[in-house]
Amino acid sequence: MPDIRVPFRGGGFRPEARRGTGIAVFVLLLFLIEWGTRAGWISNLTLPRPSDVAATLADLARSGALWTHLLPSLSRLAVGSALGVSAGIGIGVLIGLFSYIRAGLVPLVAAIFPIPKIALLPLFVIWFGIDEGSKYALIALGTFTPTVVATYGAVDNVDRGLIRMGQSFGLGWWSIVRKIVLPGALPGILSGLRVSLAIGIILLVAAEMLGAQYGIGAYILQAGALYDLERLFAGVVILSCLGVLTSWAIGKIEKRLLVWRG
Amino acid sequence: MELAVRGLTHRYGDMVVLDDVSLHIPAGEILCVVGPSGCGKSTLLRMLGGLEQPDWGEVLQGGTPPEGCLNPLTYVFQDFALLPWRSVAGNVSLVLEDHRLPGDRVRAIIEDVLARTRLSDFRDALPRQLSGGMKQRVAIARALAVNPAVMLLDEPLSALDAQTRELLMEDLVGLWERQPFTGVYVTHNLAEAVRLGHRIAVLSRRPGRVREVIEVPGPLSERQTGDPELEAIQAHLWGLMRDEAMAADQELLDA
Repeated sequence: MPDIRVPFRGGGFRPEARRGTGIAVFVLLLFLIEWGTRAGWISNLTLPRPSDVAATLADLARSGALWTHLLPSLSRLAVGSALGVSAGIGIGVLIGLFSYIRAGLVPLVAAIFPIPKIALLPLFVIWFGIDEGSKYALIALGTFTPTVVATYGAVDNVDRGLIRMGQSFGLGWWSIVRKIVLPGALPGILSGLRVSLAIGIILLVAAEMLGAQYGIGAYILQAGALYDLERLFAGVVILSCLGVLTSWAIGKIEKRLLVWRG
Repeated sequence: MELAVRGLTHRYGDMVVLDDVSLHIPAGEILCVVGPSGCGKSTLLRMLGGLEQPDWGEVLQGGTPPEGCLNPLTYVFQDFALLPWRSVAGNVSLVLEDHRLPGDRVRAIIEDVLARTRLSDFRDALPRQLSGGMKQRVAIARALAVNPAVMLLDEPLSALDAQTRELLMEDLVGLWERQPFTGVYVTHNLAEAVRLGHRIAVLSRRPGRVREVIEVPGPLSERQTGDPELEAIQAHLWGLMRDEAMAADQELLDA
């Protein structure tokens, strides 16, 4: 009889869910900073105390100043990215479907993509005015390019076998686009949306720093000018939350629309 | 409806994949097309249904499609080609939606084809929830829904395991017995060919030419695996293909 047990040597190399680890790292970091600033081995010019930042945030919320800054920011983000994303999806689908449009627009998009859109803000101020118009335009342009690229990539990746199937059953062109191409491209479009909206938040703050009375960006800029670290970090925390929130919202939309992926 | 292929020739670049292929597929009969990999049998099938254009030669159709036929030349694909975002019933209804049929007629057709493929209990399931055999039954149900005159089957059982293949072969025979259709069945599996074909066309490898067309005697429903007569035909087919299959196996891709 053989008597040596075969040792296990498989397993590993597969990401597994580890609940709470992310929060634990976050809490540990905050705790270290709090400890350091209290004990003095982090000078209060380097980092503010987390507890002070929290107190500042609470103050902001209580005085209502949070809303006077947050609401204009949110509406700019919503209007700007709605314009940019819908134009981006539209143009991206057209690029995916028509060879002439692809040949004409892909180089143009490639040329616009790497331009730091913030550099164009002075131009936008002249074109669209110093008010909301230029901020909408900046966010729209910034979200437009990544959305276009993600969308036509997603259309290109739709299984050609499914399209041939549609043709073989005599489905019309419009039916194929509506029932096969668009649903097939949806996962790619949604994952592009995550990137686009993150870029939208970055540009929102940049636009507000250059010319706005209210808004999270303006608030951070004021705090920075006064070297008020607590307020500066409070603004940054609000931005992070905004980022996490949009990402969570897209996750929800994906869950709902892409049930079929399982 | 019957189909005829005349002098079909096709190249991909410098490589001749089909060379002067001529075949006749009479109404109500299933023609199996076998051959080693790379003999252009899938290309031939795509040309039969108008999904690809030959360089030379033509595909002709004759006779009138049956009444209520929505799509005379209908495919069943090897990879099933189901829309993953549509349920079983939704995948069937996809091919009916463009025909402006009254709603109750559409529902009746869906009920009927799902019943014929024994899928009625799974009408709301999504493709990812189904086994391979079930997915192919959905694809067959979808093909039946348009009441085709000719079924073009591209290795429909190749992605399935042996037991499922056996079951689906019985299903296909049953469907044909109930309502004989004209069929072209492309496969590399000789056992499937002798079970499902009234005639079998053997293609040679690169360039694809028709080497032989063999009649298989006896009605489909009475054929069993292990039948000595069928085994003999299968052995004969294998004899025709063996050397070429070996050459195909030893070829470098993209060389």
